[in-house]
Amino acid sequence: MRILVINGHLIDPKNNIDGQSDLLIDQGRVAAVGTGLHADDAEIIDAAGLLVTPGLIDIHVHLRDPGLEYKEDIISGTRAAAAGGVTSLACMPNTKPVIDNAPIVEYIINKARRHGSANVYPVASISQAMKGDVLSEMGELKAAGCVAFSDDGIPVVNGELMRRAFEYADTFGAPIISHAEDLSLVGEGCMNEGEVATELGLKGIPWVAEDAATARDIMLAEFTNSRLHVAHVSTKGSVELVRQAKARGVKVTCEVTPHHFTLTDEAVRGYNTNAKMNPPLRRQADVDAVRVGLADGTIDAIATDHAPHHYDEKNVEFAVALNGIVGLETLLPLTMNLVRDGIISRQQAIALMTCQPAAIIGIDRGSLAVGAVADLTLIDPELEWTLVAKELKSKSKNTPFDGWTMRGAAIRTLLAGRTVYQR
Amino acid sequence: MNFNPKHILGIKDLSAAEIHFILDSAASFKEINSRQIKKVPTLRGKTIVNLFFEASTRTRTSFEIAGKRLSADTINISASSSSVVKGETLEDTAKNIEAMHPDIIVMRHSASGACDYLAQRLKCSVINAGDGTHEHPSQALLDVFTIRQHKEKIEGLTVTIAGDVTHSRVVRSNIYCLTKLGAKVRVAGPRTMLPPGLEKLGCEVYTDLREAIRDVDCIMMLRIQRERQGKTLIPSLREYARFYGLNPENIKLAKPDVIVLHPGPMNRGVEISSQVADGPHNVILDQVENGVAVRMALLYLVSGGEPLQQN
Repeated sequence: MRILVINGHLIDPKNNIDGQSDLLIDQGRVAAVGTGLHADDAEIIDAAGLLVTPGLIDIHVHLRDPGLEYKEDIISGTRAAAAGGVTSLACMPNTKPVIDNAPIVEYIINKARRHGSANVYPVASISQAMKGDVLSEMGELKAAGCVAFSDDGIPVVNGELMRRAFEYADTFGAPIISHAEDLSLVGEGCMNEGEVATELGLKGIPWVAEDAATARDIMLAEFTNSRLHVAHVSTKGSVELVRQAKARGVKVTCEVTPHHFTLTDEAVRGYNTNAKMNPPLRRQADVDAVRVGLADGTIDAIATDHAPHHYDEKNVEFAVALNGIVGLETLLPLTMNLVRDGIISRQQAIALMTCQPAAIIGIDRGSLAVGAVADLTLIDPELEWTLVAKELKSKSKNTPFDGWTMRGAAIRTLLAGRTVYQR
Repeated sequence: MNFNPKHILGIKDLSAAEIHFILDSAASFKEINSRQIKKVPTLRGKTIVNLFFEASTRTRTSFEIAGKRLSADTINISASSSSVVKGETLEDTAKNIEAMHPDIIVMRHSASGACDYLAQRLKCSVINAGDGTHEHPSQALLDVFTIRQHKEKIEGLTVTIAGDVTHSRVVRSNIYCLTKLGAKVRVAGPRTMLPPGLEKLGCEVYTDLREAIRDVDCIMMLRIQRERQGKTLIPSLREYARFYGLNPENIKLAKPDVIVLHPGPMNRGVEISSQVADGPHNVILDQVENGVAVRMALLYLVSGGEPLQQN
């Protein structure tokens, strides 16, 4: 079965392609790239007016499966991914039970292969049950198919354990993903510390809670000469720490979420629990700083931290509402806003959502070179649509963007040549 | 003007004219409290639920007396503040009460924003009797009423509020209330108890109590919660009393006719010495007395529109 995508504007930053080009898919792989391609008997996809890019890659997703399927599962989560143009995602280990043993990794990969609409790459926990005491069986987990290690959401407090985690993960060639947060500085904080929190009478989380933890983990990565990926940087200070570390050769990468480059803590006003997440929405200065970090290459990836929660978990007093928002279906338009705002180029935007995140977790995706798996996304970067939370494909509807006018959408998403979403 | 708000959730959204209207209404209710028969039929047939998720003696009693003197049926409910522990959400608790058709719910809750939350979901009126560390509007109104009683006007006064500002809902409501009426507000405390961005609320920030109370007209001392002692905010009550307690010595820095307020309950010997608490400058029991009149006014105004009864 051959598919010929014609008339599209191909953007493949990995291979430095940015221009009109056709693309031929044969048996789920890219067979040819170039202008004026012909293929008898091929299915034709007319991509006139659309961008044709490698399938988007989101390396920070909570699929909630196993154990918390009332929020999301592998089927609904990957369907949301496909609708957002995402063909590959890394899922975080804070499931029930925690992804800390090979059978769970295998369960996730197999379920995604059989029933999913995207490639799923599990991230396993650093410590067993994410308790911060004993290292997970990283060798076996890696062999089973996990791509990185993280105690996302529950940072490793113990410096010695974190040091050994770097060394041991590096032994098996996997990076450590740090959820950088000094919990003693967070205390009972539930939003960014600052004038909005003061006014609302909500306990604040100071930016130094993130900066201090980021600094520690960078120093540990440097000391152990191991790979660190900093999840969801949200502060001016942590962007600067990563920038300085990169300059002196530390093996560090980092990601930012669309909400952290789009919203400030002003969004919390009215005690909006859909503006409650961790790290919290920060000040304008932080939003500006992460945008600079995206522009100058300090930040390597845009990742959503897609965190589905049930309505009942958000329809409560602000202080007790759970942290997080869904993000897979708003990744693309919010990122295209950065292009429209002149922060990054279109090619940079695609790189931040394809080849760069692929490199962080070491997967063979994010490229449209001949022979590559034909995961691709057809994008209308200017299509205007209104986000209606209850129409999201995710099981959960916890988004602060309900009712927003979005610009940019995935028109069609292909997974190894198979159409998994069509708008 | 006439002012019949559906809810009283905070001072922040009230105008100066509306605050004056409430204070003037309270003034006309105050007289009732000193009559032989302390009851008027104004709210006969109305049902008021005092829904308190946090322990409170003063505020709850004050609202209850206010409701009873207006002939409303008042019911007190003490509930667990943790919906998780209780297994019922705040919304469900409130909707169950609403199904019994109260006219007003007066709520105290440990979560900031809980009263806004309730008001968005219920049809009856909601009065905030203190939500977390956000607002405590009836307290600020009775404070300002008391200041007005002693100083005749608010405009042009300088008022110092001292203590644990971070954890005080009284401070936020008072800053709004006093600045809207034209007073200058200073807040004072150790830096560990001063949240960032206070200046944006319209006040001056001091870390030295002596500087903060110099030449002021009013001083409002905040209660230090004893459980904060020895944690990270202050080393001891002893040290706190030394640097941030109001005593007969430092009060001399204020104007000679300064008045001293305290929302209670007081920690004698900590934020306020007994000499000051019982001394000539204190108006603390006036605050309590005025609290009933102010709450009568609030209950009356949210009940909507009927003309105020003359004597």
